[in-house]
Amino acid sequence: MAKTLYDKLWDEHVVRTEDDGTALLYIDRHLVHEVTSPQAFEGLRMAGRNPWRGSSILAVPDHNVPTTDRSAGIADPVSRIQVETLDKNCEEFGLTEFDMSDVRQGIVHVIGPEQGATLPGMTVVCGDSHTSTHGAFGALAFGIGTSEVEHVLATQCLLQKKSKNMLVSVDGAVNPGITAKDIVLAIIGEIGTAGGTGYAIEFGGDAIRALSMEGRMTVCNMAIEAGARAGMVAVDATTIEYVKNRPYAPQGEILDRAIEHWQTLHSDAEASFDKVVHLDAASIKPQVTWGTSPEMVIAVDADVPDPAQESDAVKADGMRKALAYMGLEAGTPINQVAVDKVFIGSCTNSRIEDLRAAAEVAKGRKVNNSVKLAMVVPGSGLVKQQAEQEGLDKVFIDAGFEWREPGCSMCLAMNADRLEAGERCASTSNRNFEGRQGQGGRTHLVSPAMAAAAAVSGHFVDVNELMSDQ
Amino acid sequence: MQAFTTHTGIVAPLDRPNVDTDAIIPKQYLKSIKRSGFGPNAFDDWRYLDEGAPDIDNATRRINPDFVLNQPPYDKSTILLARENFGCGSSREHAVWALTDFGFRAVIAPSFADIFFNNSFKNGLLPIALDASVVDKLFALVEHNSGIEFTVDLQAQTVTAGDESYAFAIDDFKKHCLLNGLDDIGLTLQHAEAIKAYEQNRQQTAPWLFPGK
Ligand code: SF4
Repeated sequence: MAKTLYDKLWDEHVVRTEDDGTALLYIDRHLVHEVTSPQAFEGLRMAGRNPWRGSSILAVPDHNVPTTDRSAGIADPVSRIQVETLDKNCEEFGLTEFDMSDVRQGIVHVIGPEQGATLPGMTVVCGDSHTSTHGAFGALAFGIGTSEVEHVLATQCLLQKKSKNMLVSVDGAVNPGITAKDIVLAIIGEIGTAGGTGYAIEFGGDAIRALSMEGRMTVCNMAIEAGARAGMVAVDATTIEYVKNRPYAPQGEILDRAIEHWQTLHSDAEASFDKVVHLDAASIKPQVTWGTSPEMVIAVDADVPDPAQESDAVKADGMRKALAYMGLEAGTPINQVAVDKVFIGSCTNSRIEDLRAAAEVAKGRKVNNSVKLAMVVPGSGLVKQQAEQEGLDKVFIDAGFEWREPGCSMCLAMNADRLEAGERCASTSNRNFEGRQGQGGRTHLVSPAMAAAAAVSGHFVDVNELMSDQ
Repeated sequence: MQAFTTHTGIVAPLDRPNVDTDAIIPKQYLKSIKRSGFGPNAFDDWRYLDEGAPDIDNATRRINPDFVLNQPPYDKSTILLARENFGCGSSREHAVWALTDFGFRAVIAPSFADIFFNNSFKNGLLPIALDASVVDKLFALVEHNSGIEFTVDLQAQTVTAGDESYAFAIDDFKKHCLLNGLDDIGLTLQHAEAIKAYEQNRQQTAPWLFPGK
């Protein structure tokens, strides 16, 4: 029978199935960070258990780490204890950890792929919803809660019910200057934040196939914002080129065998999906969110929508609450909205390609005087190194951006980087929820190029217009 | 895990769609390395007018009188009534721990985010998905009968509200575990031999998945 990519990945990992369809699924790669793991290790210890297969684990602190000078350690004692707890747990159980002083340290979803620890065909889990990122490799990757982290630690398996299959096909080619972030925001605008609930989404179509691995990761990263626990892209030559020669990737004869298998990781031509959504790539414009949910998104040349035009009463009420929180009036052109801060980073957009795109806009320009802070936070120590070799740090610093150490940073403001109440931010992260970047902070999600354009303009602007105005 | 059989309690209406996990428990509380004590900070940004931090005594903070869970009798509620896509956002199980620590045993909504839904079952919190039209009715019922109690019967898979009873669906396996308060890990380890056999087979057929072995 013809199978989807998701069907293939699922079937390969089922150890056994209960009568009601609940499956015991084998997990190949377990990524661990400091926030969602302490209680899981504690549970393991209390039950006198050991990790089933320690070599499947790669741990890294990312949420709490400072993005400024690290030689003094972490100032906040609560954050420090959490990071130290991860260090201790990894030491006690003999697990691989890239600690804060390791050049390979970074955001967990950046370093997995960067190290080749994420491979096509794997099941990848992490106590973090943006684990969907790794699906870009033709892997089945999803976020889990802390009890599930403990379950995987203890058994190498997870109890799961199979999701339904959804195909989101982005047909044709995008216009110049349109990035993966614009594509995925447009998808979420189309299907809504609950549109993918209960589904595993495969992203396909010419526009997705044309993306680099970085771009595919950006798209899959935000599958969870569309409600889908997992997002994925079929394996092709781009995938295999990216994976080869990474530290954790197979080599030699085993690599050849692996590639042979990886080439089968795509949906069969006749495979049927429970739901199919088509988007016309050429119609996608640079996107900006205006509200407090990623589905509240518009094109940069559009106006903030009016709840009075919304027929669904619950939705209209949600829009009113969002406008009040965001301090916006319906009908305002979004490109007239001024920003206080700019954040370029997060597991959505902190890879080398993202930094290059932002630097291209920043080059020869200055951060607008009205902007209080514009910061660039690379996704990992190795991304930072690469960017510095290319001179991107100089471009940013000359333009007035701050150039920081890697971590989650202002994506969720668990460390010192945050918005103050009422501050408005152009952010390349993935969530614009109330208080996400600091209590009372107002987040607008955009691509790296659009964030840099907002930084130099002081307000949202179509980056393509800015670039053609030279 | 605390078993769930039947439960009767006061229902608090939280009339918002897309209540996300950042709203249920803001990030500053995720720094804890414990599982308990999150209740006083459930819905922190909505519940208090000043900003909270893990080391602040909540008794000294300014309460938001407009927030439903601050208003008697809802401060004693054990069933939460909410709108669609409840629990969206991050995977933080702290959101479930905050709700159970507050005293909630069940959440009723038209739909739930997947990870939150799964996390709930691991902690004896029962997420109940009912039709949006039924949820509309329940909101109206609670609005006109402040402090009304509903009864949830897991064995029978029903919610009784006023004169009506509504059936809900649940996976057999999840129901069985919750009714008996079973520990997932213990159950899975009964299949340790099957896991080992699977693993050995994969080491032969897909050796690249077992580096360093
Ligand atoms: S960068 Fe943001 S979304 Fe990504 S793992 Fe860190 S906190 Fe989560």
